[in-house]
Amino acid sequence: MRVVDVSEITEAVAKLCIDANYNLPEDVYEALKRALDEEKSPVGKSVLKMIIENADLAREGVAPICQDCGLGVVFIEIGQDVHLVGGSLKEAIFEGVRRGYREGYLRKSTCHPFTRANVGDNTPPVIHYDIVPGDKIRIVVAPKGGGSENMSMVTMLKPADGLQGVIETVVKRVDEAGGNPCPPIIVGVGVGGTFERSAFLAKKALLRHVGKPNPDMELAKIEKIMLERINKLGIGPMGWGGTVTALAVHFEMEPVHIASLPVAININCHAARHKEIVI
Amino acid sequence: MSEIIRLTTPLKDEDIVKLKVGDNVLISGVIYTARDAAHKRMIEALEKGEPLPFDVKGQIIYYVGPSPARPGRSIGAAGPTTSYRMNPYAPKLIALGLKGMIGKGKMSDEVKEYCQKYKAIYFGAVGGAGALLAERIKSAEVIAYEDLGPEAVRKLVVEDFPAIVVYDTHGGDLEEMGKLQYRE
Repeated sequence: MRVVDVSEITEAVAKLCIDANYNLPEDVYEALKRALDEEKSPVGKSVLKMIIENADLAREGVAPICQDCGLGVVFIEIGQDVHLVGGSLKEAIFEGVRRGYREGYLRKSTCHPFTRANVGDNTPPVIHYDIVPGDKIRIVVAPKGGGSENMSMVTMLKPADGLQGVIETVVKRVDEAGGNPCPPIIVGVGVGGTFERSAFLAKKALLRHVGKPNPDMELAKIEKIMLERINKLGIGPMGWGGTVTALAVHFEMEPVHIASLPVAININCHAARHKEIVI
Repeated sequence: MSEIIRLTTPLKDEDIVKLKVGDNVLISGVIYTARDAAHKRMIEALEKGEPLPFDVKGQIIYYVGPSPARPGRSIGAAGPTTSYRMNPYAPKLIALGLKGMIGKGKMSDEVKEYCQKYKAIYFGAVGGAGALLAERIKSAEVIAYEDLGPEAVRKLVVEDFPAIVVYDTHGGDLEEMGKLQYRE
């Protein structure tokens, strides 16, 4: 049994919130540079240049990558041999978000659904807990912006719609979204379990290194088909026309109910922020 | 790509009608910020016959909710937010003389029509380029609805703020045109 004080979790979450918002992950940065080479539209190229330059400025500490510093989405995997002491784990994560968003000069974007009054400290974050073997704790913070989240969806297809139905749904959704989610986007697609499981899989798919194919060859093939279709839509960077609409499609799949074919599409803007730490 | 056109606010009709979809512009002068919550309050003020926090005639509204300024800086990250959320409000302001909006994504057909009818431009800025765009903002001052925090109305002084014409006064639409050109 390994004893860990929850104050360590607070500190880690605060650090990850700041790190994620100022330092674009290397895989995303490299994918943007590849996109700049591939993009055929001059307007699209100039957009990509600005996005890359912006990442450099944010890394220097000028300001966060995007003013929408996101809702804090926290994935925490706790080894079953860990004993947490020193208070509530949930409160420790909340405090980490509060501290990170305050000390990092990050925008607080949570509000009451109807009065729209800002909560003021960017809580509550969305926390996904998992218990795993071992005595380590892995925390991933993935701040999620509203613009691209608004273009996401979950729908329940009929089993008869099959794989083709899923592909058409994904392509149609990206086409409708146009420039709204800040393309070039990363598309997370989840098919599996129930309504909420599919949404979770789509979200989790966004954490994968950009463009790293699914280890399952069949699924990797589907990702490739969807990406090719999406990049033929002509939407391009910021929706102003071009050949790079998506940097990647990440597809995660699990068994479903015999009556169902749920499909979730979680769209991420080009500022695909996620940072992790292992305690 | 087209030549870069310099614009200074307040905008005049004769400058605006020359602009065409896809034109790259650099905007200098005063612009105002407002997002959903501020727009809602502005429209409510109009309905009650109360004055707006600033006279919209000839002005540009930038759809942005900046992050807090770091010490020694005038503003935090300040890229555009998605514009369609302002669809219900923009036509009323255009009819009152607003000459430009800066945002990202599509707006409604109604907004497009109002741009033609009242001579206004919908500009696009690069979303997610918050740090880069902040460097073009020389000063920022909250002038109304301070309680809205990031959504308060701010008066910004910008210098060479980069944008592109998305809807012009001739019915053009950059998203539609771009898509047609590159769609396979």
